[in-house]
Parts: sequence; structure tokens; C-alpha cells
Amino acid sequence: MQAGIDGGIAGIVAECGGCCQCATCHVYVAAEWRERLPPITETEDAMLDNTVCDRLPESRLSCEIKVTPQLDGLVVNLPARQV
Amino acid sequence: MSAPTVAIVGAGLAGFQVASALRDQKFAGRVVLVGDEPHRPYHRPPLSKSFLLADTDEPSLAMRPDAYYAEKQIELMSSTRAVAIDRTHRKLALDNGSVVDFEHLVLAVGARNRPLPVPGHDINGVFFLRHLDEARALRLRLHKAKQAVVIGAGFIGLEFAATATKLGVAVTVLEVADRPMSRALSAPMAAVFAREHAKAGVRFLWNTQVKRLLDDEGRVAAVETVEGTVIDADLVLIGIGVIPNIELAETCNLKVQNGIAVDGHLATDDPHISALGDCASYPSVFAADEYVRLESVQNATDQARCVAARIMGRAMPYSAVPWFWSDQGPLKLQIAGVTTGHDETVVRGDPSGISCSVFCFRGGRLLGVETVNRPADHMAARRLVGNRVELNVAQAADETVDLKRLAAAAAAATGA
Repeated sequence: MQAGIDGGIAGIVAECGGCCQCATCHVYVAAEWRERLPPITETEDAMLDNTVCDRLPESRLSCEIKVTPQLDGLVVNLPARQV
Repeated sequence: MSAPTVAIVGAGLAGFQVASALRDQKFAGRVVLVGDEPHRPYHRPPLSKSFLLADTDEPSLAMRPDAYYAEKQIELMSSTRAVAIDRTHRKLALDNGSVVDFEHLVLAVGARNRPLPVPGHDINGVFFLRHLDEARALRLRLHKAKQAVVIGAGFIGLEFAATATKLGVAVTVLEVADRPMSRALSAPMAAVFAREHAKAGVRFLWNTQVKRLLDDEGRVAAVETVEGTVIDADLVLIGIGVIPNIELAETCNLKVQNGIAVDGHLATDDPHISALGDCASYPSVFAADEYVRLESVQNATDQARCVAARIMGRAMPYSAVPWFWSDQGPLKLQIAGVTTGHDETVVRGDPSGISCSVFCFRGGRLLGVETVNRPADHMAARRLVGNRVELNVAQAADETVDLKRLAAAAAAATGA
């Protein structure tokens, strides 16, 4: 999420500033990357049920994905809308 | 005719979001964003938690990178105060001597810390926590502190207490009421927080008031209560609520009432002036009392979109369901709806643990739901309250009633 904001990516809204409260930093992560991400917490799971665009198996909140060297090359797709 | 100008006073979350929403909605005129702090708009919630722990650095508090403002043609005027509004000629006077001609004016002027009018309130080592500069100073002192006294068991005071306790600082909290967050939280939920903070090592003194703060060679040394109890402290945080900034509105005779009064579209009694966020008192269909003034991230962002849409000629009444959160150590409090004024509560889950939900009713109608570490209940509650689902007391108490399913059915019925 932070990388998206810093990079000026308009599709990452992040109204709550990365506190896992607003579900406006929704991203879709391809299967081959999903297992390398931190597991979905109960809070993120609940929040993902309230995304504006459909929740898919690929859905994550980008505020819960901290960028690490293991994620070098990660590509995410953005939903059409966040709000 | 030149493009119209929207002037926004206040560069906190509400003001920033109006500017941002105007550009998102393709507003083509000038956007002037005036803020009295020297910083670019930044997120405040981390200031009482990860920022104090030094887990969050200053650049990542920024709502957007510096380049955003030029790219979006948002004229950000930092370290600048609005001093007067000429409603007849639609002019906004600033303390740097310049005057902004506006078509529409947005007051997102926020609130300020309520002062503690006792001797010693301004001794070195006594802090408030609202702005980045306050948080910076507090962080420096906190990492050297041994004994902290928090005056006020509200959200800020308890978030700070949890953070300070985590850093190994002994914390005593003084509160005028008999329980924490008494203006905002039901008694059953307050009991959970009082017990769990105490378990983590926080000491509470209830039903007490501060008589004075004592110093030792100019630095704070102790807090004395009206009963004469003296508590040693090398750091004091005052968190006794806020006062909405209504003065600018008053100087131009806009209506005020516990905030700047606005209608259901967030317009003041001057159609060319709107107000939103912490400073605005608005009529809410979700509240037991007709008018509310809410201090929250949700309130600022949702109201900003509503104001921007009206400026763009797509007026819609403000109807977003209020929600709120407060992270206090391992306790994640979330509130959906406005629970003030409830006359009945129903608890789901085990209130002797750290995961339960309190449903707040008034006259049998669900006002809102407070949850701790039950995010699924909270998200369901946002939709249930938002869609005004008639959940009754028996259903709330019955764990087999699936809230998520009820919420989804209600959302499908309304298309929300």
C-alpha cells in the first residue's frame, strides 16, 4: 500500500492510512505469488468482505502486504473502484 | 468567466479529502487548501501508536507524496491561517495578507485539545497529542520516561497508555468518570477495557480530578488530585477531549451549535459555505439525538465525498453509516453506528475475555455495535446498521443468528 501511495498509483486509495479498517487498498494477487504473502488475518478477512469490487480468491488488502526482498517482482492488479 | 475557486480551510484529513475528491470528480477550477501546520497533510491515527513506538517513520505518515499536489493542481498553503470570511463578496482573508476569492468555501477546521485549567498545566514534560509536532516531542520524552500519568481515560489517553506500557513505562490514568471512554462506550465494553488495561499493568484512579501539576526545577515531577493523592510522574499526557474550532464561522455569523451547524447536505446556512469533519454538527439518521458531531476518519472521508459531489452539482444527502476504531495494545475496538443514548445492551461472546460484541439498543431499535477483536461482527454491523435492518434484542443475543448472512441479505435487497 505504502509503495502504491508513494508511487502515485491512483487506484490505491487507503483512506484509513494503512490500519486495515477501510478496504480501499484492495488488490488482486496472482496465484503464484499468493503463497509468498503473509497469511490473511481475521481483521483483513472481515474487511475483504466489504470491498466495493468483488472479493475473489486473489483478493488482498495491500496495507497488509509488507514489501520484502522475497516479494521482488510482485505484480498486483487493481479493482476498477475502491470507493 | 474564469474557472470557479473552491477554498478549503483546514488541511487535516477532511480538508485533504475534499481537495482530492474534487479532482477525482473532475473539478476543473482552482482548489486552494489552507492549513496552519507546516506539514503536508498526514495521517494522525498512527501518532498515538506505531509512531510513538518508532515503528512508523514520518514520511510514511504523509497522505500523499509531495508531487501529488502539483500534479493535481491543489494549491496547498501550509503554515497559513484563515483570519476572516467576507460572505457578501466571497472572499477569504489569510494571515499572510493574501485574499482568496471563492465560489465555494469549505470549512474543515477541525478541533483543538481541551485545555486543563489547573496550576502547572504548562510545565515542561506535560503533553497533548493531536498534531505531529506534539507527537514528535512526546516520543522523545517517552523513550526516556519511567512514570507517566495520563489525565483522561478517553481514546487518546488509553491508546497512549497501551503504547507507553509496552515500552516499559509505568502508567497511571486519572479519570473524572467511573469508567474508561464513558462518553462513547457502553458499560459492558468499558468494563472489558478497564480490566484488560489493568491486567497489562495500567493503574487507574476513577472519579477523581487533578488539582495541580508539580514540578522539580521546571520539569514535571508529580500530579496531585483534589483528594490530595500525589502521583510521581516524569511525563504527563492530557487527553480530556477536544473543542471544535467554531470561531472563524462565528466571526461571519454562521450558525453554530456544538460545532458549525450544517444541514443534511453538509451546507451551512450560507449555501456557498460547507463544513465537515470534526468541526461540523450535522443531522444524522443514525443518531438517537438529531444532531451529532463525530471525530473520526470515516466521518471525514465520507463527508468529503458528499461535499465534493454537491460542489460538482450532484448533491446527495449525507447518509454514510458512522464507524470508528481504536487500537489499544492487543485490544482492537471497533464501533459501527452511533451508540450514544442507548438504553439496553446485549453481549455476544465472552465479556470476561478479550473478544466480544456489545449491541446497543434504544427503544428496541439497534443503534450500533461495539466490538473488541471481533472484526467479522463489526463488518456485519456496518451493513446491518447502514441498511437499518431491524435486528431485535433476541436475535442479537442468539449466537446462531448469522450476522454476516443477515447483512448480506440486507445489502442485496438495497443494492448497497
